[in-house]
Amino acid sequence: MSDDSIWIIGASMTKFARYEDQDSVDLASTASLEAMVDAGVSIHDMDVLAAGTLFQASTSMGQRIQKQIGQTGIPVYNVSNACATGATAIRTVYLSIKAGEADMGIAIGVEQMGKMGLLSGATKSERNIFEPSGRYGAVMGVDGFLGTETMPGVFAQAGMQYAYENDGVGFEQFARVAYKNHKHSTLNPLAQYQKEFSMEEVMSAPVQSYPNTLLMCCPTGDGAAAVILVSEEKLRSLPSETQKRAVKISASVLTSDPYIESGQVQPDVNTLTKNAAAQAYEMAGLGPEDLDLVELHDCFATAELIHYDNLGLCEPGGAGDFIDSGKPFRDGSMPVNVSGGLISKGHPIGATGVANVFEVTTHLRGEAGDRQVEGAKVGLAHVIGLGSSCGIHILEKAS
Amino acid sequence: MSKQVSIVDYLILDESPYLEVNECTSCSARFFDRRNACASCGATDFVRRRISNEGVLTSFSIVHRAAPSVPVPFVSAIVLTEDGTTVRSNVVGLKDPMDVELGMNLILTTYPCGTDDDGKECIAFGYEPI
Repeated sequence: MSDDSIWIIGASMTKFARYEDQDSVDLASTASLEAMVDAGVSIHDMDVLAAGTLFQASTSMGQRIQKQIGQTGIPVYNVSNACATGATAIRTVYLSIKAGEADMGIAIGVEQMGKMGLLSGATKSERNIFEPSGRYGAVMGVDGFLGTETMPGVFAQAGMQYAYENDGVGFEQFARVAYKNHKHSTLNPLAQYQKEFSMEEVMSAPVQSYPNTLLMCCPTGDGAAAVILVSEEKLRSLPSETQKRAVKISASVLTSDPYIESGQVQPDVNTLTKNAAAQAYEMAGLGPEDLDLVELHDCFATAELIHYDNLGLCEPGGAGDFIDSGKPFRDGSMPVNVSGGLISKGHPIGATGVANVFEVTTHLRGEAGDRQVEGAKVGLAHVIGLGSSCGIHILEKAS
Repeated sequence: MSKQVSIVDYLILDESPYLEVNECTSCSARFFDRRNACASCGATDFVRRRISNEGVLTSFSIVHRAAPSVPVPFVSAIVLTEDGTTVRSNVVGLKDPMDVELGMNLILTTYPCGTDDDGKECIAFGYEPI
């Protein structure tokens, strides 16, 4: 395996939205073609293609994209890994280059969800004869009787567990996370929503799963993102303008959730994130104090708050103080989710892990327009999917 | 034929109902469902074990939005039993869902949650404040 670094030379994302006149292949093709134009390369330069989608995982998405952007016969990997699907697509190309099988490749993430509503939380069975089935011998759907299975509720519980274990964390701190991300999104033209809400509006919005109100939950939607990766050797053969805009992948990590006692009833989103962060910091030879911006997985406001701690952005147990201090705001010392985050930028699941890398890359290139974090040199992109899977990429500006 | 059935097989409908787990004989990890091997240590032998009915509320969410067939609001609960097993259920018996408090002491209770076409009654479990 090569010790040389892997670089990003092209990145693109579609605006996240709900598209009635384009399908998922249109969105993925748009992002792919734009990423190749951004990198100054063509489909003939690609040695490998990885395509990530969750809800269309069995539809040969990568090959369907090839039919629109060029069928060159290269290996295609279709990947699916819950909300870490996009990060997994990037890592698939990364590993192909690391293994020496490819010099350049494209990773694509795409999802078309429309107005999908609540994810998970099965409706009660239509059966009207109670017969035990499945591994728990359940005679009916248990959602609503034995706790909640819906995402807003599961992540609410993750946040409330943190509130139970630490001081200074409550409804107001969770609400402030959403206030921040909605505010940030007003500067991002690629965000699904670009509307600022007051703390009062966030806190008085309809409760989905307390403490998460509607404005503290990410929307469903459509979108795609793509990045072009190259080996260091390949990068040195490309035009100097391409090299100047290249961004180094200093760490690429994927973890799953190790066993903990409570994991069978409440998915543990903490341990695998802490493990991934520790591995990523070590791989990059950097620490959280070196980061200029972070895009983390704020599927719900309660999730963002606990990931401040999991990623080491704050003192252990200090996530409440951290948001109250203003540090994760765009003008603070540790800007988090300046894109608007999943809460406001949107969360077309397969696209999310690539879009986060696009966002960090764009800041490191100094090309983020109104939302630019000035002088950004190092950034971290984090995603987590229940099941569970966590992907972290640390990126550095070319020196 | 019994006219009552547990909502899940780990709820044992005794005179005084309780929960039962599959406990790994090697590392004592506990599982509500059947396991091919232990997720903690990889061993393959398990014994059935009754767990405590009392515990403390370590997390909750007051769920106001769910699938159309699920009555809302309800208080989804994560309960840590006295003998160290984490259980997911609902907090029941509150006058107002907002009366729920992190750290409150709870005890297992059961209640009917539906009847099938043969007249068989389904019994669910929840936790109520002590």
